[in-house]
Amino acid sequence: MTIPLRTKIILYTLLVLAALIMFAPLLITFMMSFMSGQEIMMGNMIPTSFSLENYVAVFQRFPLVRYLLNSLVMSLLIMTGQLIISSLAAYAFVFIEFKGRDLIFFLFIATMMVPFEASVIPNFHTIRDLNWLNSYQGLALPFFAMAFGTFLLRQNFKQIPKELKEASQIAGIGDLKFFLTVVLPVAKTSLLTLGVYGFLTSWNMYLWPLLTTTDDRFRTVQIGLRQLQSQEQLNEWGVIMAGAIIVVIPTLMILFLGQKRLQQGLTEGALK
Amino acid sequence: MMHLVELKQVSKSYDKNVQVLHSIDLQIEEGEFFVLVGPSGSGKSTLLRMIAGLESLSGGELKIQGRLVNHLPPKERHLSMVFQNYALYPHLTVEQNILFGLSAKKVNKQEQQKRLQEAVSMMGLGDLLKRKPKQLSGGQRQRVALARSVISQEPLCLMDEPLSNLDAKLRAHMRTEIRRLQKKLGLTMIYVTHDQVEAMTMGDRIMVLNEGEIQQIGKPIDLYNQPANLFVASFIGSPRMNLGLAVINQNQLIIEDTIKLSITNQDIPKIIKRSGITIGIRAEHLVYATQEEANLHLDVVNVEQLGNETLLTFEVGSQLWTAKWLGQWLINAGERIPLKINLDHISFFDSQSGQIMQTATASQDLKVVAL
Amino acid sequence: MKQVALPYQEHEHKGLLKALKLQRMASFSKGMLFLLPSIILFSVFLFYPLGRTLYLSFFLTNSSGQTTVFVGLENYMNIFNSPIFLKSLQSTLLFVLYTVPGTILVSLFLAIIANEKLKGVGLFRTMYASTMGISTAAASVFWLFLFHPSIGWLNQLLKLLGADAIGWLTNPDWALFSVSIATIWMNSGFTFLILLGGLQSIDQYLYESANIDGAGYFYKLRRITLPMLSPTLFFVITVSFINAFQTFGQIDMLTRGGPQNETNLIVYSIYQDAFMNYQFGTASAQAMILFFIILILTLIQFKLGERKVHYQ
Repeated sequence: MTIPLRTKIILYTLLVLAALIMFAPLLITFMMSFMSGQEIMMGNMIPTSFSLENYVAVFQRFPLVRYLLNSLVMSLLIMTGQLIISSLAAYAFVFIEFKGRDLIFFLFIATMMVPFEASVIPNFHTIRDLNWLNSYQGLALPFFAMAFGTFLLRQNFKQIPKELKEASQIAGIGDLKFFLTVVLPVAKTSLLTLGVYGFLTSWNMYLWPLLTTTDDRFRTVQIGLRQLQSQEQLNEWGVIMAGAIIVVIPTLMILFLGQKRLQQGLTEGALK
Repeated sequence: MMHLVELKQVSKSYDKNVQVLHSIDLQIEEGEFFVLVGPSGSGKSTLLRMIAGLESLSGGELKIQGRLVNHLPPKERHLSMVFQNYALYPHLTVEQNILFGLSAKKVNKQEQQKRLQEAVSMMGLGDLLKRKPKQLSGGQRQRVALARSVISQEPLCLMDEPLSNLDAKLRAHMRTEIRRLQKKLGLTMIYVTHDQVEAMTMGDRIMVLNEGEIQQIGKPIDLYNQPANLFVASFIGSPRMNLGLAVINQNQLIIEDTIKLSITNQDIPKIIKRSGITIGIRAEHLVYATQEEANLHLDVVNVEQLGNETLLTFEVGSQLWTAKWLGQWLINAGERIPLKINLDHISFFDSQSGQIMQTATASQDLKVVAL
Repeated sequence: MKQVALPYQEHEHKGLLKALKLQRMASFSKGMLFLLPSIILFSVFLFYPLGRTLYLSFFLTNSSGQTTVFVGLENYMNIFNSPIFLKSLQSTLLFVLYTVPGTILVSLFLAIIANEKLKGVGLFRTMYASTMGISTAAASVFWLFLFHPSIGWLNQLLKLLGADAIGWLTNPDWALFSVSIATIWMNSGFTFLILLGGLQSIDQYLYESANIDGAGYFYKLRRITLPMLSPTLFFVITVSFINAFQTFGQIDMLTRGGPQNETNLIVYSIYQDAFMNYQFGTASAQAMILFFIILILTLIQFKLGERKVHYQ
């Protein structure tokens, strides 16, 4: 299909304008992070000089590496946990027939109706009573079970021809082996999508780490940024900006790499 | 004597009310190529899947090698199965696909390789071992599925419409290949298809199934020559058997109110009814005759030249009849053709029940050439 | 003959039934085994706490969360009589009213212009989707600067245009609006991605046949794109509603609920009551109200979604 030139010009104009507006906050922050504090305070919009001062400062004054590491460990833990637990559940919903399956499926649907905030108070108490405040397991464990992930994988597993399972049954291959050697490899792109999604959302999590970490040794980078913002002086904007840029780099990179898959995967999970 | 597979009053119903199979009795012998044929929805695939253990029985008994297996999972029934969509694991190579089941059976590596080599050379898959199913053509995938079935060395092999995803030419080729393989290995085969040509050309014996009930079980030729009812008569054979409503009026057989054939009592020894009859005649028995010999004249409505033979369609009352003549006949639609029907080529059915009343007597004269 | 064979069959039949029962038991326990991790975790971290929240909402508690006095519905009565909670509820509704249509319109516009097959469109798509990869905390930092009263870009822009500076986050008339703008920006990435996916799954033949009929751009938009997109739109609208009700991070970073409680959205109010004032009872009552709001929204989604998804 060819698009007339006039339409093309209009479209490109709209695309560029929209991109400028949508990308401006990130772009401005990026520029600011290379400006000196003085320059920022003067209200300069374009940096006249380029310096890495702010980046050096933010690493020196804050345990940013530790925060990054904590976020990484927590996000990887949650991602792995979600993948394992969701795929097991999705397998049962697709490939094992048993009485009560529909009831349990309904239970899973019901969990989608419970906002995390409605259970956050008792959860906090539970983790506190387990002495898991300021620990990776306390940060990660409540998010392992995930109805959305289960549905997304269930949707995908359902597209695996049931004859594959039947052929395995005839050959005498058990459920666990079929799950590990056939279902998981065949559905690996969906697992990847869910993994990316899980990693992104965990990395960006705010309320739970805020509640359960008080110690720099376990604080995640988001809460670190909050600390940074509330502790720094007003004239240290550059340092805060540098911190924010460092926080978004990993997730932006993952997003850029996995955008297409993510889009397909999420649309699938959302609509079928 | 022990049958390899034996079904006694096997039935299947869903939710206690939808009956898909009614009281099936069936014995399949060792080394036999047994074909289950029927239109879609006839229950043939369900029956096969019940034998495989992929579906449970609602009633009756299923024995394999004399052992009651109703309750046994598929793996304990000692059989292999080839699926319509081949069920190849998309992420595994051809080699891994073929060997996938063997490791589960704890067959040792040496034995695995030996069997692999045999199967691969038998199927001509030598160059394809490292490929993924996606990189194979339909026929190659089919061969991989066959190899996977063969390598299990189970005595009983089930096939569920294995050729329906192939194009016509390849299908004809694979028919012979499967048949040859089965003979060579002495496998017992239960083969499901909706294609009566496949059934006729491949089966030692055929079971025709319709709406969950057995219509007829027998050798292909017997089904063709002596169909037990109207369903089998019209289902088996291509072009299908010409049918027409008929009555016997004194010494005349009147078909579709248009054809009148003179008939004597000797010709109809077994027929008790005089009306409510449906007669059937095969396309090859509707033959050209000179004006003197002809006992009927019909209008041609269509002519199909197949090269080696000619198919002619005639209008007979409300029916369209087909004649199949060897050679090339230059006839135009609209012409009136003199024809001859021998009474001993006519099969008589009861219109109401559809059951056979008298098979074409000519077919009982063993015109089948036996060498 | 059958009569004679019967006793033998009966005996075998019993064995069969037993075997079938065993099989059913086996597949049940196998299914449960695969589901067990999920069920345990949901029980511990979702169902139990939900019940516990309900329970707590009928009690007064001490600072460690232990129940002290049973007060029945008093917590609920108190919060509905509390001007602060009512204000919070009002702000939340207003916030939802700003952000949901805002997010949907912005994302839909972006998705439509980014849906055409143009050279370099992939770059634009990535840019529009980028906010999905930006955390609340980082995004809040960006906007904190943009909203800065003197050096922020927004006020500098106003100055260039000769207008007065605005106290974006400090003026009670503006604060909720400003937070909404920032939120729309943050949420647009995800919504854009889903809508774009929805657009791309529309069958191209529909457009081709419309082109042959000579349909114009807006006609196609109105008669093909939007109707075909309706299930996706419906999904993102519900998700946006739920997200809006659950907003927390940007409030904590940008305004801490101020000025004058203008931006004290419900989750922030719960957070303050529970974890700053240790009023777990009233906080739980508020959490239950949030739960019911979201429950109803989800039920609406399921009920209507069921019908809408089968549009083809």
